[in-house]
Amino acid sequence: MATIQLIDVWHSYDLEEGKTKDPQYAVENINVTYENGLAVALLGPSGCGKTTLLKIISGLTTPSKGRVLFDGKDVTELSAKERHIAQVFQFPVVYDSMNVYGNIAFPLANDGVDSDTIRKRVYEVAEILEITSLLKVPAGKLNPADKQKVSLGRGIVRPDTAAVLLDEPLTVIDPKAQWGLRRKLKQVQEELDFTMIYVTHDQHEALTFAEQVTVMQVGKIDQTGSPKELHENPESMFIGYFIGSPGMNMMESSVDEEGTVKFNGTSFKISKKLAAQLLEHGNEFTFGIRPEYVQLSPEKTKNAVSGVVKLVEDTGAYKIVTATVDTLDVKSRAPEDMSISEGDTAWLSFPEEEVKFYKDGKKVI
Amino acid sequence: MKYDNRAWLFLVPALAVMALSAFIPLMTVVNYSLHYIFSGSIPEFVGFANFVDVMRDSAFRGALGRQLLFSVSILAVEIPLGIAIALSMPKKGIGVAISLVLLGIPLLIPYNVVGIVWRLFSQSDIGLIAEVLSWVGYEYNVSLDPVDAPVTLFLLDVWHWTPLVALLSYAGYLAIPDAFYRAAEIDGASRWKVFRFVILPKLRPVLVLAFLLRFMDSFKIYAEPLLLTGGGPGNTTTFMSLFVARKAQSYELGYAGAASLIYLFIVIVMSYIFFQLLNKLGSGESQKA
Repeated sequence: MATIQLIDVWHSYDLEEGKTKDPQYAVENINVTYENGLAVALLGPSGCGKTTLLKIISGLTTPSKGRVLFDGKDVTELSAKERHIAQVFQFPVVYDSMNVYGNIAFPLANDGVDSDTIRKRVYEVAEILEITSLLKVPAGKLNPADKQKVSLGRGIVRPDTAAVLLDEPLTVIDPKAQWGLRRKLKQVQEELDFTMIYVTHDQHEALTFAEQVTVMQVGKIDQTGSPKELHENPESMFIGYFIGSPGMNMMESSVDEEGTVKFNGTSFKISKKLAAQLLEHGNEFTFGIRPEYVQLSPEKTKNAVSGVVKLVEDTGAYKIVTATVDTLDVKSRAPEDMSISEGDTAWLSFPEEEVKFYKDGKKVI
Repeated sequence: MKYDNRAWLFLVPALAVMALSAFIPLMTVVNYSLHYIFSGSIPEFVGFANFVDVMRDSAFRGALGRQLLFSVSILAVEIPLGIAIALSMPKKGIGVAISLVLLGIPLLIPYNVVGIVWRLFSQSDIGLIAEVLSWVGYEYNVSLDPVDAPVTLFLLDVWHWTPLVALLSYAGYLAIPDAFYRAAEIDGASRWKVFRFVILPKLRPVLVLAFLLRFMDSFKIYAEPLLLTGGGPGNTTTFMSLFVARKAQSYELGYAGAASLIYLFIVIVMSYIFFQLLNKLGSGESQKA
């Protein structure tokens, strides 16, 4: 178990292959610290560099530049085994020619641990993973979800494991088994207090698993924070619409000293104080607001803009209403019992404290 | 559930081909095996007398023994050698194409051509093999020496067919996902353990295929011994199919029919046993927890 720290990490596969001219960086300028025992998720779209970052943490790749520290000790040049990192891969990796017991015992047997200790430890791990009844089953005959458990078992069987890395471990698991496996992962993490780093492109998986989520975009970390922080205070427009379903509403706007926010031929008011703060950064902004915070009313309300309801999606628990303000679609979440239907006029207001202003993709206020 | 019998119509073409190519010839052989056939045309029904004759015939048992020894020897060499070649082949770059072409050449040569090429090689006066062995003082003579002939055939088969095992193993080897090696690295597995627990189990399906193909094919070896020495010297390279063919050529059709069926039976039973054994081997079933 260890605190993992990445300091100014850059990596380029071009440099690895010896192309020194104009190298493309898969990840750049990575600075992040994951405290010991934390459940962490690395979240980002495909190709954003999260797998590269995982390899750098695990020691399968040595970064072109920068340092990796485990508990303050420099491990940049150490191999995965020397770092005591365990990994669960996207496609279940089990040793087909051994049974489940043999699989879980394998790392310990390689370390030369005596067989009594191995047996005790394997049974402990199997107990935690609830696979004791499967110990005699050939690993090749298991279903994918159980294979992933065995894979995780091999990872946590060494008592000195520093961290467990999970690389999209639910990809090949059928949806019904996913829930159970995800719950199990979370439970193992909480019980054993291992640092676990979970890589995924699925925000739901990331937000439900992790205490801390790192969102990546084209090789850079956009924001690291708790799921709540990411949701309520997205540092970039990317996180605004990547996190949340539906994502944040984003609208091009201009602001003046009176606190008038003009967008798409209409406008609403914000406080003069906020306007003054914004004007220090210019007067053109993109403002964003989560659908949950857009207030929707069938009657005209103060400081509201009007729109025509284009679509009402009923989820059963609430309604997602898409209203068109002039030419722009604004999504909002309305209570289940609100009677509103397509074609109606709706009044939308944006509470000032929930509106975020962005410039060049980054949050200003 | 109501069955639509018209479905059988779709099977007719396949069944017709099967009947013409396998079933009818096989039944003809079964028919022969139950008769004594005089002057090649007058049959007399004798029940299983031909089978008894075949089983009692030391020439048949000799051919079977040589055949088993031959097949077991080539399998014992070709499978491990094929795996070794596959694992030492380059995984990318120009080397891949070169090694594939080199391995492909023997496989592209027809059986009879292989036989003729090796016959030239093994000539005691002008042949390459005899010449090379004479440098170390060995007097090589494939048409007189009862050891030289089968050993030459063994080398011929290894040269001809190891590339098949190597190519199959190579394909299987390349298909192993990288994650398995990374996992083994993290688990601290030694190189031997990576081979034993990652590579070998992943190669198992192709190895079962290679093993069965080589077993059945070597059990049918015909053109090569015929061309090299005609089954000689003596009968040291008279393997099963050559033996049966000789009998048929000398119009002992009843005997040849019975021998063929016993031969077929042996191949099927042994292939089945091998298949079962190989599929169980190393599947983790026998391990204790």
